[in-house]
Amino acid sequence: MAVPAPDLVALRELGDRVRPLSAAAERVLPVPAAFADLIPQGGLVRGSTVITGGSAASSLALALAGPVTAAGQWCAVVGVAHLGLLAAAELGVALERTLLIADPGPQEWAGTVAALLDAVEVVVVQPTAPITPTTQRRLIARARDRGSVLLQAGGRSDAWAAQPDLTVDSGPSRWEGVGIGHGRLRARRVRVQVSGRRGAVRPREAELWLPGPEGQIAVAAPTRTAGSVGSVGSVDDRRSRGPATADAPAWRDAG
Amino acid sequence: MTAEVGTRTLVVWCPDWPVLASDPEPAAPVIVVRANRVVAASMAARAAGVEVGLRRRAAQRRCPSVEVVAHDPGRDARAFEPVASSLDAVTPGVEVSRPGTLAFATRGPSRYFGGDESLAERVAWMVSGALGGRWPVRVGVADGAFGALLAAQAAHRRGVATVVVPPGEAAGFLGPHPVASLLEAVEVPDVIDVWQRLGLRTLRHVAELPRGDVSARFGHPGVAAHRLASGLDLRPLAARHPAPDLAVTRDLDPPVDRVDRAAFVAKTLADQLHARLAADGLACTQVLVEARTEHGEVLARRWRHEGALTAGALADRVRWQLDGWLTGSGATRPTAGVDRLTLVPVEVVAARGRQLGFWGGETLVDERIWRAVARLQGQLGAEAVTVPEVRGGRGPGERVVRVPVATVDLTEDRPAARPASITEPWPGQVPAPAPATVLAEPEPVVVADARGRPVTVSGRIEVSAPPATLALPGRRPVRLTAWAGPWPVDERWWDPERHRRRARFQVVDQEGAAHLLAVEAGAWWREATYD
Repeated sequence: MAVPAPDLVALRELGDRVRPLSAAAERVLPVPAAFADLIPQGGLVRGSTVITGGSAASSLALALAGPVTAAGQWCAVVGVAHLGLLAAAELGVALERTLLIADPGPQEWAGTVAALLDAVEVVVVQPTAPITPTTQRRLIARARDRGSVLLQAGGRSDAWAAQPDLTVDSGPSRWEGVGIGHGRLRARRVRVQVSGRRGAVRPREAELWLPGPEGQIAVAAPTRTAGSVGSVGSVDDRRSRGPATADAPAWRDAG
Repeated sequence: MTAEVGTRTLVVWCPDWPVLASDPEPAAPVIVVRANRVVAASMAARAAGVEVGLRRRAAQRRCPSVEVVAHDPGRDARAFEPVASSLDAVTPGVEVSRPGTLAFATRGPSRYFGGDESLAERVAWMVSGALGGRWPVRVGVADGAFGALLAAQAAHRRGVATVVVPPGEAAGFLGPHPVASLLEAVEVPDVIDVWQRLGLRTLRHVAELPRGDVSARFGHPGVAAHRLASGLDLRPLAARHPAPDLAVTRDLDPPVDRVDRAAFVAKTLADQLHARLAADGLACTQVLVEARTEHGEVLARRWRHEGALTAGALADRVRWQLDGWLTGSGATRPTAGVDRLTLVPVEVVAARGRQLGFWGGETLVDERIWRAVARLQGQLGAEAVTVPEVRGGRGPGERVVRVPVATVDLTEDRPAARPASITEPWPGQVPAPAPATVLAEPEPVVVADARGRPVTVSGRIEVSAPPATLALPGRRPVRLTAWAGPWPVDERWWDPERHRRRARFQVVDQEGAAHLLAVEAGAWWREATYD
């Protein structure tokens, strides 16, 4: 019996139309288990913008992008020529599903990022010039439409006209395994603080291994809400630098 | 046994075409490398023990004087165009299967030139002439393109120019060949792998299986391989000549005479053809690329693919062909820019879709990624879009390189992008964890001891004093709380020009920032930062 050939164009349109009705879990991209408690939605919300900062800014961005690529999705890096790709692989990024775009220059930057937001799930950027409100609105609209995430790996936090949805900041790193003239860098403990505009009014923070002695990303000291009466002894000294707020993390490195 | 036989076909096969395409010295040892593996080697390199599939470094160990050339499919195709056009006098039906291999049906030409043997010899002589007579050319004739290809390869092993398998004897000729030779024609590595493990060693074993059983167990790819092993064509029945209105045409104004613009046109036109065929549930196995120039010249070339051509593969072939024409030598080069480009699907089959691997592992590259890559290549240049590949090396920057996306196939599994693909130990490698920031160009820094004097490292790798402060360019010195090293790196000591002698340090400053530093000839550099 002859079966009519499917009208692929119509099918694709139908697929696009039903997309917003997909399950809630599909609206969130996976993150490493250690971050799940830190981020209110348990993952990167599709269509959102994320910025990392502090002494572990690049590692944080790579760690957040890792599980997405491991799950079979693609990630693209625009510019950021100095991003350590070996570290990316160690932090869980599948390099076979990573596209690297040479710095397109300020004229082409927005167009390049927009084209990639169309195609891949995570676009890693590090804007060198301020982004106008119009451009930012356009990029965010594109990301929402396609369900992709715009992830800034360190760099200037004031490049965006409006604050990103999620800020993942890090305090000073504490390196283990290296001494005075002996040993080598083996593991790092770093305080990570997550704050945002939506759903994360109270910043959450935890001390993470990034990476741990076995290369893993794990929680070194449990999650708590910043500003609450904590009892994690070894980290109390850091909190004395003042309570962090959602809009401006109190400790921020120049790096 | 059915009465069906394969179309009598002549195949011209140039062994190690990628080497030839790189235009080497005839006697020089040359290897062509893709993803760190040898894909082709010249005669001299083979004589030194280099084999296809070897790692680059292993090949260099066997043959230290070998010249290493990166694989470039575009170059292969460009260089092949003069070969294909040299046979236009013999038959109009020349089909390029891939750069280095072409095929045509012998029925007409064979009668004209007095039999398969004399045709084969004449073709070998003509192609050899087109290549300047410096390289071996092998010609095989048999029932079916696959048999003819294996006949050409048999000619190469026997050291003769031509092998003609008499009509009706293709199955007997194919029988003793190993199962893996099917990979020359169909991309079904999983099926072949299973057959080998089931104890099917030769094509005769495969051909003896009942076709119905093969179909039930291995589906369409299995049947395709089974047909080839039986000496039949891949699909003489399914292929049909489509209605001419499926051809896509584009007028180019202004005419295209530059390769980079040609690439962009190729991509859009190939996408258009692919979409039009897909809407009808068809896929293209043979395409005619036709170009008309401002002066009215018409250039045409057929490309054949044993599987169905994906949009990306189609675009590659169109781009290669335009490259071949536009950069060709005087005789084949058009006298003006191309002002009309037409793609005619010569042979189509029902699109069976691309199945995800039964044995897992295959991932489908989204159409969207193709489109974005093509668009960015057009906007920013082909070199601007790259993918990472892992290489052996010591420093963090040496161990991952950026390879232009045009030189890899995103739809294929790419083990070269996984760090696990490097299994050899590298003495002196900077241990994990790797730094998340690796400077493209190391920046000069100042490292001083507790009394403010610069720290030096002697030829015997002794540190003059413990490093106490680090000053990054334009910053005040910061105190170091921990340091490790020196780790000497003595690279390429056999090559006076590229010899480098360095010592690496890891340092942690008072703010917790960790850096990878190197000292070379008394100067300190920051190579990377663990941020």
